[in-house]
Amino acid sequence: MIGLLLQFWRHLLVLILLMMLFGLIGARAIKLQVTDRDFLQSQGEARMERVDSISASRGMILDRNGEPLAVSAPLTTLWADPRLFGQENVPELAKALGVTQQWLSQRTSTQKSFVYLKRHMVPEDAAAILDLKMTGVFGQIEYKRFYPAGEVTAQIIGLTNVDEAGQEGIELAFNDVLEGEDGKKRVLKDLYGRTVRDVESIKAVSPGENLYLTVDQNLQYLAYRELKAAVTQYHATAGSLVMMDVTTGEILAMVNQPSFNPNNRANLVYAQARNRSVTDAIEPGSVVKALTLAAALESGKLKPTSEFNTSPGYRRYDGHTIRDTRDYGKLSMTDVLVKSSNIGASEIALTVGGEEVWKVFYDLGLGQVSGIGLPGESAGLLPNRPNWKDIETATFSYGYGLTVTPLQLVVAYAAIANNGVKVQPMMIRDGTSTVSKRVLSESTATKMQSMLEQVVLKGTGRAAQSALYRIAGKTGTSHKVGPEGYNDNRYVGTFAGFAPVSNPRLAMILIIDDPQGEKYYGGEIAAPAFGRIMEAALQLLNVAPDQALSDGAAFVASELEVAL
Amino acid sequence: MPQEFVRSLNDLDFSKRTPLSYRLHIDVPLLLLIAILCLAGLVILFSASGGNEAMVERQAIHMGVGFVVMVVVAQFDPRFYTHWGFLAYIAGVGMLIAVLFMGTEGKGATRWLDLPGLPAFQPSEILKLAVPIMLSWYLTRYHLPPRFKHIAISFVFLAIPFVLILKQPDLGTSLLIAISGIFVIFLAGMSWALILGLVALVLMLAPALWIFVMREYQKQRVLTFLNPESDRFGSGWNIIQSKTAIGSGGLEGKGYMLGTQAQLDFLPESHTDFIVAVLAEEMGYIGVVVLIVLYLAITSRGLMIAARARESFGRLLAGSLILTFFIYVFVNIGMVSGILPVVGVPLPLVSYGGTSIVTLMAGFGLLMSISTHRKL
Repeated sequence: MIGLLLQFWRHLLVLILLMMLFGLIGARAIKLQVTDRDFLQSQGEARMERVDSISASRGMILDRNGEPLAVSAPLTTLWADPRLFGQENVPELAKALGVTQQWLSQRTSTQKSFVYLKRHMVPEDAAAILDLKMTGVFGQIEYKRFYPAGEVTAQIIGLTNVDEAGQEGIELAFNDVLEGEDGKKRVLKDLYGRTVRDVESIKAVSPGENLYLTVDQNLQYLAYRELKAAVTQYHATAGSLVMMDVTTGEILAMVNQPSFNPNNRANLVYAQARNRSVTDAIEPGSVVKALTLAAALESGKLKPTSEFNTSPGYRRYDGHTIRDTRDYGKLSMTDVLVKSSNIGASEIALTVGGEEVWKVFYDLGLGQVSGIGLPGESAGLLPNRPNWKDIETATFSYGYGLTVTPLQLVVAYAAIANNGVKVQPMMIRDGTSTVSKRVLSESTATKMQSMLEQVVLKGTGRAAQSALYRIAGKTGTSHKVGPEGYNDNRYVGTFAGFAPVSNPRLAMILIIDDPQGEKYYGGEIAAPAFGRIMEAALQLLNVAPDQALSDGAAFVASELEVAL
Repeated sequence: MPQEFVRSLNDLDFSKRTPLSYRLHIDVPLLLLIAILCLAGLVILFSASGGNEAMVERQAIHMGVGFVVMVVVAQFDPRFYTHWGFLAYIAGVGMLIAVLFMGTEGKGATRWLDLPGLPAFQPSEILKLAVPIMLSWYLTRYHLPPRFKHIAISFVFLAIPFVLILKQPDLGTSLLIAISGIFVIFLAGMSWALILGLVALVLMLAPALWIFVMREYQKQRVLTFLNPESDRFGSGWNIIQSKTAIGSGGLEGKGYMLGTQAQLDFLPESHTDFIVAVLAEEMGYIGVVVLIVLYLAITSRGLMIAARARESFGRLLAGSLILTFFIYVFVNIGMVSGILPVVGVPLPLVSYGGTSIVTLMAGFGLLMSISTHRKL
């Protein structure tokens, strides 16, 4: 009986124990799921909720017609947190990334919490690696910059670094406008750091603004092609071309040689990324004689027909001798320009006075930055002097003893072409109006226009003639400066001018630096290309031809029109 | 053919009063409850595996195999197992010794035996059934309640596989096998004085166990259990994560397949040992209670079978098996919810894994055999 009773208690004890244990689990569940619920829930959220930044896409750079010159494409960058990354995954990941195991294991054996694995991958390729679900391997979207026009616009657009920050050119100058502002969002992430769900947006992303340039891609291509051909043909080391609308100040083309491919930064030489048209100041030589003559006319002391004796082809000032290429005898002011007489220009400058010449140069924009807003712009050197010695005034008059950038020269010529009103050059079409200022009287400008046309009609600039348009301009051939003064056989050939003379539209400068061949005069190497480019550019802009056509020329013109 | 192979005469009584299920040796309430649990297990596994259909399919196959094993085991009279249980025990112990010398290693422990011509298996699984069968048989050979001598010998029988499995090392399984044996001895009628003495002995031996027997990783688990925050990102991670998952489920849960902790892989071992945390997060407190009630129902049915057993052998075996089953559930949920240390015990019929399911189903087969071979 007692045994039976004990047996009963034994079973009851088992049942009681059983119930107690189940009660324990139930109580535990209540503690976790009801009492501690809020705390544990927030703990859970803390594991998954992350604030992610949404990278703002960089604004595009477009030409005046909306053709893209710089665009950003979204790519995936893979990175790792070495503290989470397991070395056992090295072989597989190295294979997937296409890198050596040694490199990868070295890269991931640091105490850092962030190392790049591979940047700018095609999104599909990166997704395949992320799908391996390796702990500590993450992906993020990054944008990469592409430049559809490549080397044609390379120096004006510039480039960005791998982080999409502007490094050169417009990319650098207008970085703030282009880059936009990153947004923020709250997301759920899984253990591997992959975003699973977007919860809410904290801060909207504000993408970078698009930038419209004044540049016309068609003209840019044309200019680039011709400049490159000329530089190649004359074995020159470098070249620059700037084309500007004389009434608005808009830069329509700005090209340089040598150029580079901004889409491939691997073999980038930063010297080639330089926009020589604004950064390089050179001694301009004879092209400034036009400005000297403008100063003379402006002074009222001289007129185009005023005559000067340049015999016997050389002259001494303050113990220095300056020369013309031959004895031109008596020359009118126009002829000084047509023949490009150094002595004539010197005599004119001396008549007017160095101070006066300097002032007109300065008013025309030399010696100061143009206001175009491109990075690294040089102001050039336009030294003023308390007392102008004759030799200083003389060399100044034909373009030595001062340095100018190609852009400054084109602005000065554009002022003459624009009937004496200088306009500030611009490259961004953002609705800002043209800044202009009258620097020469209309009569001076008009006289200069016809005198410069004579240079092309019968002077050193004949090679720039066009069958369709009346072109005006001035050649220049200056000696390059070497370590021991001027080099006797290294030159810079220049042509600066504008067209059509009847109603000037475009001003342009073309510089061929250090040609190595037989030819080196600006009239020989720069003028022909100038003529071709100017003619083609005016046609592209639908400017009516103003050439009084001879029969032969008319035939050529009609043929051309048929061809177009 | 030994006599035991032949069904008892009563079983061949095809009178109308004997239901078909009885003749087929199927315990219908138990079968239904197990089927519901298996189904629930598959549903939970589908979510816990992140919608992995192949895994659910494999688990269903495990269950199918388990059902076949259960039905086959149920066909034999319990008496049949009295003799074969001893042989199974001897064979199991032999294989455990073999594991010591030629076992296959995995995760720092040597538990698997890879014999040629057979799939790799854990001999400790055999002992899960062989130990209670063997002890039930041994103790019921004599008059109950057993004498001290027989109890002492029973403990020796129990200690041999316990130590061998502990050596593998597999603390969880060895403790559960020890518990299943102790249940047999307890139910057979161990005197209260002896029980108290044994408890005192265990308490005294515990420090020795800690110092001499337990491996570093086992100590680590216990220490981590006592203070999970001491090693948040190492061994404490599992417990913290599972508690977080359970707690964030709240009363009603986040919804099926919507548990963020589990679905986003923050919960480790979510389809095996920690699967109940997935249920708790997605179905909430209500889901957990439903599951516990299901286990409680199975346990109750098992205890009823034990109480109605024809012989002492069946009563002891059924009691031990069902109580051990219940301990499995308790240890698993206890460790996942942080009231027990992590000992690597799967949740019966829900956690993914073939071996444990087949062993469990064989155990249910024994229960059905006991339940349907009552008439003399």
